[in-house]
Amino acid sequence: MAYTEEELKKELETKEYEYGFYTDIESDTFPIGLSEEIVVAISKKKEEPEWMTQWRLDAYRSWLEMEEPEWANVHYTKPDFQAISYYSAPNKKPKYDSIDEVDPELLDTFKRLGISLDEQKMLAGVAVDIVMDSVSVATTFKKTLGEKGIIFCSISEAIREHPELVKKYIGSVVPQKDNYYAALNSAVFSDGSFCYIPKGVRCPMELSTYFRINQAGTGQFERTLVIADEGSYVSYLEGCTAPSRDENQLHAAVVELVALDHAEIKYSTVQNWFPGDKQGKGGVYNFVTKRGICENHAKISWTQVETGSAVTWKYPSCVLKGDHSIGEFYSIAVTNNFQQADTGTKMIHLGKNTRSTIISKGISAGKSQNSYRGLVQVGARAENARNFSQCDSLLMGDQCGAHTFPYIEVKNKTAQIEHEATTSKIGEDQIFYCNQRGIPTEKAIALIVNGFSKEVLNKLPMEFAVEAQKLLEISLEGSVG
Amino acid sequence: MLEIKNLHASVDNKEILKGINLVVKPGEVHAIMGPNGAGKSTLASVVAGKDEFEVTKGEVLLDGQDLADDAPEERAHKGIFLSFQYPVEIPGVTVTNFMKTAINESRKARGQEDMPANEMLKMIKEKAELLEIDRKFLSRSLNEGFSGGEKKRNEIFQMAMLEPKVAILDETDSGLDIDALRIVAAGVNKLRSKDNAVVVITHYQRLLDYIVPDFVHVLYDGKIVKSGDASLALELEEKGYDWIKQETAL
Repeated sequence: MAYTEEELKKELETKEYEYGFYTDIESDTFPIGLSEEIVVAISKKKEEPEWMTQWRLDAYRSWLEMEEPEWANVHYTKPDFQAISYYSAPNKKPKYDSIDEVDPELLDTFKRLGISLDEQKMLAGVAVDIVMDSVSVATTFKKTLGEKGIIFCSISEAIREHPELVKKYIGSVVPQKDNYYAALNSAVFSDGSFCYIPKGVRCPMELSTYFRINQAGTGQFERTLVIADEGSYVSYLEGCTAPSRDENQLHAAVVELVALDHAEIKYSTVQNWFPGDKQGKGGVYNFVTKRGICENHAKISWTQVETGSAVTWKYPSCVLKGDHSIGEFYSIAVTNNFQQADTGTKMIHLGKNTRSTIISKGISAGKSQNSYRGLVQVGARAENARNFSQCDSLLMGDQCGAHTFPYIEVKNKTAQIEHEATTSKIGEDQIFYCNQRGIPTEKAIALIVNGFSKEVLNKLPMEFAVEAQKLLEISLEGSVG
Repeated sequence: MLEIKNLHASVDNKEILKGINLVVKPGEVHAIMGPNGAGKSTLASVVAGKDEFEVTKGEVLLDGQDLADDAPEERAHKGIFLSFQYPVEIPGVTVTNFMKTAINESRKARGQEDMPANEMLKMIKEKAELLEIDRKFLSRSLNEGFSGGEKKRNEIFQMAMLEPKVAILDETDSGLDIDALRIVAAGVNKLRSKDNAVVVITHYQRLLDYIVPDFVHVLYDGKIVKSGDASLALELEEKGYDWIKQETAL
């Protein structure tokens, strides 16, 4: 049977989340609710020094004074912050030296997700620091990294082992009071990753962290801090999947990147959290603050492939503080069914001769809403700042929406800003053309979507690009026939 | 090879094809001519399986097999190829990648493994040389920013790659200048063999100077009203379609 747009729409609507399962691992979970006592208890549980506890309490007190933002183009039931448990860790505390020691059920979960912790990955040169419900359960390649002086560990460990670095940089890019969710994260973050690359060192492998949300009703508050010292280079990969849950799960992470003079950080994300079922029920709320600061001649590239979450609210940003610094943002955001995404970036040009590039690809299907929101700001002293932005939207069917909200604020007349935007639709004609060449509809959609997303997919590290491509297919295809 | 029996098809309950009969044997070239709105492109789409059209009566057979229940991709796998009048653009997908996907999907349907990369590259090189196509062209996005001539050459290149049993060329000459027309026609002629057949749909006689048909059929108001050899095309060119209209009115 041939294929009509009507069927295509139906099919997209009926695509189910493929990774909906739940791992039954005993967890050490705090009672629900949030108070100063809980904040202190988290800090104590993590064996943190007094200054850290105080830092969290400051954040908590600021948060109490703040209001939840409402400006994003998303609609959802606000989370009840007293109905969330703020700490949950897998019970088997000690870290594992070898994979054999890891809970087999956990390994099975990873297998079903297609995440391989095995030698293939190691041979591929990936050190994996897995965050399973807030506590790192496996760290590999530490030794190789250690020889180069690279620190790659959980943030809790960094607070204990490298307090001077953490104290200096935590909150330096995203202050505690930056926004409502950043303040909440600062108060209650339970774990996350820390990475430090010493001066002049080129990190020999892609650093990779898989985040998981697993405990029903547990909000996850990850904190990531990456510091690239002068002249260093690191490529950091973050990938996420989550089991299917009925109630909404809140995720409010904070990621801070510090690129010192002549340093370069590539930060790539593939995000595939449960988007809710096809009625729009359930799904993860993803309210994330990601920001990097570039000193002189430094460069930060954000690349993201966002396919999951019920509501996404995320703007990986670059503060181009140093002269000649470079910020890049490459994004693919896919929304299907009732998903809502409001995502984009901020490029803040402060230094002279700073450059930024924004390539955003939004793909909307079903009844979803996909918004690009971006700010390009050029400060008074940023002579010769340049920006190029390109925002393309691809629509499938006639019940979804694509929106573009570009904000441009320029205070220096030497600036050059370019903005391009396009909107297109996967048409019946394109599908029929592919069909006539022997390509079934499912494959045709994947082909068209991959073509549309190519500029961004090309920016991902090779093996991540393959995963991302697979994810795009999973998110948008139905099983034909 | 291709047999069309008493084919009736309609769109939005309006009947366009009103009983087409056509037999195409291996090695033959058939031309279907007719005025605008006669149903030429509809016939091509119906044979390819576009489901915008409803077949209300009759059948389309390929090697004796009824295609009624086959989706467009299944018909393609069986050897039906349609060169589109207006080929669509697919940004970001190179000609090479598109062909690789198409060929491997056909192989998959036949229970074969993917074509090995070196074999694929060799085939692409050979076919590109045969049709005098610049290799650079193959790494461009499919039809994006292509000129009219490039689009049609690309269609013929795809035909060369997919090696269909029956190729239907829908108004391949439209939008081409005389040089482009000559190149495209030469390509088609190189691909002709005793095992395949070509159905050329055209409004004008000029393409038939280069692709010489064995049979010419005149389609008018959803029916084939006249059939003959290549000389019929010349007669049509001379007398115009009004001649046919008058004849059928009688």
